Amino acid sequence: MVKDKIIQHLIEKEWCKGCGICVHFCPKQVLELDSNGKVEAVRPEDCIACMLCELRCPDLAIQIIENQEKEYEKQ
Amino acid sequence: MKNKKFDFKDYIRQRFFPHIWCPGCGHGIVLSSLLRAVHELGLNKNEIVITSGIGCSSRISGYVDFHSLHTIHGRALSFATGVKLSKPDLKAIVPMGDGDALAIGGNHFIHAARRNIDITAIVMNNRIYGMTGGQFSPLSGCGKQATTAPYSTIDREFDVVDLAKSAGATFVARSTVFHANECKDIIKKGINHKGFSVVEILTQCPTYYGRKNKEGDAVQMMENYKTNTVKIGSKKLEKNPGLIQRGIFVEKNDVPEYCEAYDRIIETAMKGQA
Repeated sequence: MVKDKIIQHLIEKEWCKGCGICVHFCPKQVLELDSNGKVEAVRPEDCIACMLCELRCPDLAIQIIENQEKEYEKQ
Repeated sequence: MKNKKFDFKDYIRQRFFPHIWCPGCGHGIVLSSLLRAVHELGLNKNEIVITSGIGCSSRISGYVDFHSLHTIHGRALSFATGVKLSKPDLKAIVPMGDGDALAIGGNHFIHAARRNIDITAIVMNNRIYGMTGGQFSPLSGCGKQATTAPYSTIDREFDVVDLAKSAGATFVARSTVFHANECKDIIKKGINHKGFSVVEILTQCPTYYGRKNKEGDAVQMMENYKTNTVKIGSKKLEKNPGLIQRGIFVEKNDVPEYCEAYDRIIETAMKGQA
């Protein structure tokens, strides 16, 4: 089911303050802080789009965009 | 906007971002939950008025793209009462900090609850005055460290839920920022409720409360909300009665709403003249 979807992580780096809440609560360890202390999706292919990071980001800096692959191709 | 996918950017004033809250501050999660609640209710941005007082939490009114009033310390509910009486069709939402709501605005809080005016008060409880430098608040509780209590506090804390309940609020609920989805659902119910709704949301202040009381960083404080809270009436309470309960404590629909009662008085007074 997950494979049929393309999941994009829209990260607003300027808004991220690097608190690490998203990194800690991600069940698949998709996210990590980069050398500037800003969040980065290092393993986007593991993402299950549970939205925990988006729900709990205090800086409103992460958005998960899910696209069905078929629809994605049409676009 | 109901069917469109949720996007923060439809509801915020982007020019003020990134916001001023500290890294890891829970207030951002409350903001995000509030925006999601508004989105899921399918409300028009022009139907909502956000009134806030002073404090970290009260900065919310500047970030949301609704009607907004940033007013004086503790008196946000009074301003909201005025707005609501003149424009009863607007949905009035008042985000307040714990000090703003219950110390400086304590009197306004209990009287708004007594009147049962249709306002949703969101009490963002971080148990400290963050903006002014970490003074203890009426919700800090005994034995806590704060900049104004270097040898720990001796004041007992309010229980927001019990206070609101006894003051006559007709919707009283509590959640935490760890339970972001539950928090959103509770805000939704609070906005929909006709009457005074109090939603207490426990939120972390890692900069002052967390640091002073050695509760760790923002992540650790959120983990604590997971372990220290339970749903109302959970069996875990039997073993550990100190756990904080989450959920909806009061939901009454049989009390007249203030604006409606006031309209009836106007009708009576104007009889034969209007």
